[in-house]
Amino acid sequence: MLSHFFEQIIYGLTVGGVYALIALGYTMVYGVMKLINFAHGELFTLGAFVGFFFLVTLDLGSFWGPVLAISLTVVGVSGITALAGRLLERVAYRPLRDSDRLAAVVSALGASIFLQNLIMVVSGAKYRAFGVDLLPTTFIQFAGQSVPVARLFVFLTAVVTMLLLYVFINNTRFGLAIRAAAIDQGAARLMGVDVNKVIAVVFVIGPALGGLAGLLVGVYYGQINFDMGQLYGLKAFTAAVIGGIGNIPGAMIGGLLLGLLETLGAAYVSGAWKDALSFVALILILVIRPTGILSERVAEKL
Amino acid sequence: MIFPRPRLFGAFQVAGVVLFLALPFIFSGLNFRRSPYVLHLLTTVGLYALLSLSLNVILGFAGMFHMGHAAFFAVGAYITANLNLTYGWSILSTLPVAAGGAGLFALVVATPVIHLRGDYLLIVTIGLVEIVKIALVNDVFGLTGGPNGLIRVGRPEIFGYRITTPRDFFYLIWVAVAISALLFNWLENSRFGRALKYIKEDAVAAEGMGINVTAHKLMAFVIGAAWAGMGGTFFASWMRTISPESFTFGESVVMFTIVILGGSGHQKGVILGAFLVMGLPELFRDFQDKRLLAYGAALVAMMIFRPQGLWPPKPTQYKLPAPFDQKYPKKGEPC
Repeated sequence: MLSHFFEQIIYGLTVGGVYALIALGYTMVYGVMKLINFAHGELFTLGAFVGFFFLVTLDLGSFWGPVLAISLTVVGVSGITALAGRLLERVAYRPLRDSDRLAAVVSALGASIFLQNLIMVVSGAKYRAFGVDLLPTTFIQFAGQSVPVARLFVFLTAVVTMLLLYVFINNTRFGLAIRAAAIDQGAARLMGVDVNKVIAVVFVIGPALGGLAGLLVGVYYGQINFDMGQLYGLKAFTAAVIGGIGNIPGAMIGGLLLGLLETLGAAYVSGAWKDALSFVALILILVIRPTGILSERVAEKL
Repeated sequence: MIFPRPRLFGAFQVAGVVLFLALPFIFSGLNFRRSPYVLHLLTTVGLYALLSLSLNVILGFAGMFHMGHAAFFAVGAYITANLNLTYGWSILSTLPVAAGGAGLFALVVATPVIHLRGDYLLIVTIGLVEIVKIALVNDVFGLTGGPNGLIRVGRPEIFGYRITTPRDFFYLIWVAVAISALLFNWLENSRFGRALKYIKEDAVAAEGMGINVTAHKLMAFVIGAAWAGMGGTFFASWMRTISPESFTFGESVVMFTIVILGGSGHQKGVILGAFLVMGLPELFRDFQDKRLLAYGAALVAMMIFRPQGLWPPKPTQYKLPAPFDQKYPKKGEPC
């Protein structure tokens, strides 16, 4: 019983780490532009498919060995998704920066539908299987419990990436510029911050993290599909709201919490209602505490 | 009369409507071989026009970003199917129950979230449609038949006449569209409709003028949902089979696109949108799987180049009664 519980916790943290990685993209874009980037879930899918292309279609592993192949894939995935993110911002969001905010939301939604179906048209509507176990299938012993190495790998990758981002945001000059632009774009501009550059960088980091999350999900579950980003995107957004949208540590905590909630709910309440549980959590948090756990003002009451 | 209603139709539009309604007879007169297929397609357009007109009350009049309309459509369809299959109600007698059920459901789910700002409401309604779909798949209360849905729903009967052929359904749906459009036109120009438009323009100012913003928004939500519920009734009896795949997020996106593309807040624009979004892709059959691709690109392009939609509503002008209609009073005249 206890070991079952422990297993669920580990699994929840694994899934939660992925949610947190995606949620960071939502929260950074929201922080700077006050826009929900609906297309972010699709950038996540794009990451998974680019990873599939590198690891399976090109089969890099058999040429260059696993270490070089994995690092090349990571670079490729983050590079291509970052490029897609930049393009997205230029085409769909920049022309609308000064217009009605809801127009930007509809544009984001349109971009999301477009990207999702572009992936479908290019790669087909069926599931793609990675086929080989790319992650080790062994277990390690930890506190008397055996923990699958693959889960640990996913969780640690997510945590290390998030810590790097946290350091970047809090301890560098450019991180300061991002935080300033998030608080008040106009004032930041007056202080000499190049807000266009900040937005550009946010649209590089966010999509790259989302793409990496897609790669992780791809190699961990072994199969990907063109509309996987929709559900992951919605859940990651939920995670961002739970933590307080616009707040970077909040997205990390929210992601982990949502992962735990979902796996524990699936294990002890009902597996079939697992996805509904996250949406109920989203609605409840918006109704009860719209500022999220780490208080960032979001939902304006009239 | 202080607030004269704008004229409903120009002469060309009347001619167009008459010609459109005569189509089934023109087809049969010409022995048009693909007539059932075309009528089926036009009925689909009509159903989406009906659903989008109801969404227009929420999205177009009140300006609430609601992307879960398929949820209310589903509630109506499943209520009709259950009443018909289990209790043997006739289809048309389930209409008020479907409307009431969908409206009540909307009231319950919208009350806690109605105050949320645009994009948050959007996310919540997306969550709602996902929850409803999961509930349908999981056979909630044993009423939805799980992933397979419900089959063999009955056909509607009007005064003993059983509606079965594509032509019958063409008329049933389009008459429903016409009645809805007229009612919504009346609603739009009523005190309630004008209040909704005011809320859309400036909610704070509306509140300041004594409009209860929350109550008006809720009411718009309930009306739109009830209408979508009735759309569900027609859909269930037309298709005879309903399953969770018919009520997905994608369906909500289609309705949303129709309203935004056609011209949110303008009924004729919305109907035009239904023709464009549902009809055009059928003309290019091999284009079928790229349909949503085009919708997405169209939404982005519309927002950048023409955010008001293809056929936006004309700004309403009201003529004031006689003593007030002169801009400047003449000299020596009391004003």
